[in-house]
Amino acid sequence: MIAEAGHFALILALFFTLMQSIYPFIGYFKNDQNAMMSARANAVVQFMLIAFAFAMLITSFATSDFSVALVQKHSYSLQPLIYKISATWGNHEGSMLMWVFILTLFSALVAIFGVKLPLTLQSLVLVVQGWISFTFTAFIIFTSNPFIRLSPAPIEGRDLNPILQDFGLAIHPPLLYCGYVGFSVAFSFAVAALIEGKIDNIWARWVRPWTLLAWMFLTLGIAMGSWWAYYELGWGGFWFWDPVENASFLPWLTGTALLHSAIVMEKRNALKSWTILLAIITFSMSLLGTFLVRSGVLTSVHAFASDPTRGIVILCILLVTVAGALSLYVFRAKLLTSQTLFQPISREGGLIINNLLLTAIMIVVFVGTLYPMIIEAINGSRISVGAPFFNLASAPLAAMLAIIIPFGPMLAWKRADLLGAAQRLAIIAFLAFCLGLLLMWRLDNDTPVLASFGLILGIWLIFGAIYELLYRAKLGSVPVNIFFKRLFGLPRSAFGAAFGHMGVGISVIGVIAVTSFQHEVITVMEPEKSVDVGGYEVRFDGVSDRAGPNYHEEYGQFIISKGGSQIAALEPSKRTYRASRQNTTEAGILHLGLSQLFITLGDPKNDGAYAVTLFYKPLVSLIWGGAAVMVLGGFLSLMDRRLRIGISKRVKKMPDSAQKPSMSEA
Amino acid sequence: MTKKQKRLAVIGGLLTVGGIAIFMILFAAQDNLLYFRSPTDIIAGEVDTKTRIRLGGMVEENSIIKTNTTITHFKVTDYAETIEVVYDGILPDLFRECQGVVTEGTLGQDGVFVADIVLAKHDEAYMPPEVAESLKNETGSEIGCNKEQSS
Repeated sequence: MIAEAGHFALILALFFTLMQSIYPFIGYFKNDQNAMMSARANAVVQFMLIAFAFAMLITSFATSDFSVALVQKHSYSLQPLIYKISATWGNHEGSMLMWVFILTLFSALVAIFGVKLPLTLQSLVLVVQGWISFTFTAFIIFTSNPFIRLSPAPIEGRDLNPILQDFGLAIHPPLLYCGYVGFSVAFSFAVAALIEGKIDNIWARWVRPWTLLAWMFLTLGIAMGSWWAYYELGWGGFWFWDPVENASFLPWLTGTALLHSAIVMEKRNALKSWTILLAIITFSMSLLGTFLVRSGVLTSVHAFASDPTRGIVILCILLVTVAGALSLYVFRAKLLTSQTLFQPISREGGLIINNLLLTAIMIVVFVGTLYPMIIEAINGSRISVGAPFFNLASAPLAAMLAIIIPFGPMLAWKRADLLGAAQRLAIIAFLAFCLGLLLMWRLDNDTPVLASFGLILGIWLIFGAIYELLYRAKLGSVPVNIFFKRLFGLPRSAFGAAFGHMGVGISVIGVIAVTSFQHEVITVMEPEKSVDVGGYEVRFDGVSDRAGPNYHEEYGQFIISKGGSQIAALEPSKRTYRASRQNTTEAGILHLGLSQLFITLGDPKNDGAYAVTLFYKPLVSLIWGGAAVMVLGGFLSLMDRRLRIGISKRVKKMPDSAQKPSMSEA
Repeated sequence: MTKKQKRLAVIGGLLTVGGIAIFMILFAAQDNLLYFRSPTDIIAGEVDTKTRIRLGGMVEENSIIKTNTTITHFKVTDYAETIEVVYDGILPDLFRECQGVVTEGTLGQDGVFVADIVLAKHDEAYMPPEVAESLKNETGSEIGCNKEQSS
């Protein structure tokens, strides 16, 4: 009965989404308050129905009800409970249901927290959300129904793909989807503004927290995926420029640009139509990502076997959404233009350069990702665009961006003093240069020039972010106690921006350190033999067996020592899963401060010897640590009083004096 | 700024971004595009020994020779022609006989393909589109291997 209840709730939800797509929309044109109001309740009911359906699917998975086809295909009775649950979204049907679940969750949040929005805007936003929910709910019901039964019911399942049986991958899809789908709110706000033909800085103030929230989830999701690929696939790489990875990176790039352009719109009432365009593009990129992952059109190590007809349906949804939103944009955007004075040397000027560079990187990644598909369609030759292309094409743009980031917050709105900012930052540049040299000397003696430049850039970003806070608190020019008072009195969004930029710097250092200074040894090791990896002595003590809950594993025993004293033991393993007979490699990872020692076990050779890959990865943890710092920055910004959801109107009514700090907000 | 100046600024900005992006793309694409080739293409002499390519097809049955070093030999076939491949490194978990594989490297003078990357995949049932395509072109249907291992 559980699956049928879920199925029923899903169908019921389809009717509610249809109603939300039409009724309040008509209400908007007829100026019918009640019809517009109905969108709120509808969004909440719809969310509860989808949540119920999703909960029923999770229950079917958790209780291993193999009479449900999807459960039988992707689960196994001996799987640990957490992987039984995560198996719910470890497949196409379940992940699409989760997609819609998160979508309706965001709609419900807009309905509940947006009561202070102008009713017309709120109901239009919910109508647009309704269009998306309706399309995808229909997509699930008609092409990817997760609740189909099997008769007769098999007694055992076929097991979840073993490499998905991992904690990182249990939470990676929910985080990533919260990011993807979270951008639907910005999209709906943009389309609503276009329909209404009016937009103001209140709009930007409302869009920013939602964008920020989605951006935080997307950042976490990408970082989690990268971390998972790093330890689970056993190659020791953190980013492969694989089409599916790029698909998550594209909305991140435009989403980051959107965050910044929304600031300009809020503070200076400028860049309106550009911000709207970015909101549309960002969600379109999210849909593109869904399409690429779910259709299997591109060769990707991340691709899963898929049904091409579903791909075509998603492609149609994508094309209709993009074409619809963009034509609306073409016809309506001119209503939104603003008459603001604009000086190139100013905070807003800096933010525009940020946007231009992020967009340029986005175009590079976009073209590189889709190029093989286009070429094949044109002349049939099959090519692939790999890491060398993306690194070469995007690194210079990213470096330019890194150079200008610390300047941005030092520039004033409207008209700024670039020379002054440069003078103030000179000391930071000098410090970054010295520290970069020191770090290089610690990592390696003969450093490539480009790598040293990268390290210096990373440090420049971190110091620049810290310096900005100190500068704004007037370090040195006021007594110490006043300095601290000022520092802690800075708006949280100032800390948010500083942490966000610092996080970028931290990740840059991690990426450069690993790509340029890692030490890799691929060898055949006999028992009792040792190798030297990055200054650590690793001894191989042979291989033993043991059984896990639903797998059997061979694990190698490695003793790591430095300077003669033993520091740790690692047990990388190769698992064979019982139900599917598939193998996975579990890397052994030893954290040495921010660096890591990474060992994977390969094939057995003669006399108990094994092929082994060993890496010393300096500062590798910084890659994901940086992402965590960025998310922390996002969180701090979100906690800012002026951005807190629902407070926008009150702030506006405050007298001038109370509004003052917002003028200098980052 | 007047309206006209503003429009010029917008167009100028967009052209700059587009220009930079296109320049970077063309610049980086010069040497970094990899062509996908099948064993038939190689036998037909369409591949020289200097260019990096991707070679794809099925791993031929009983062709995997594991040595006592990290080097592995195997054969990639599209059921019309077969190419010997040598790879130094640790193979991905899902590398098996009778399964689609994509390798990256260069063709040696002796006709043996020297791979430095063997692509893994996440899903047993997944077949890289290029491999599926090239198998379809050559035979019209999948033949040869018994599919026992991949059930």
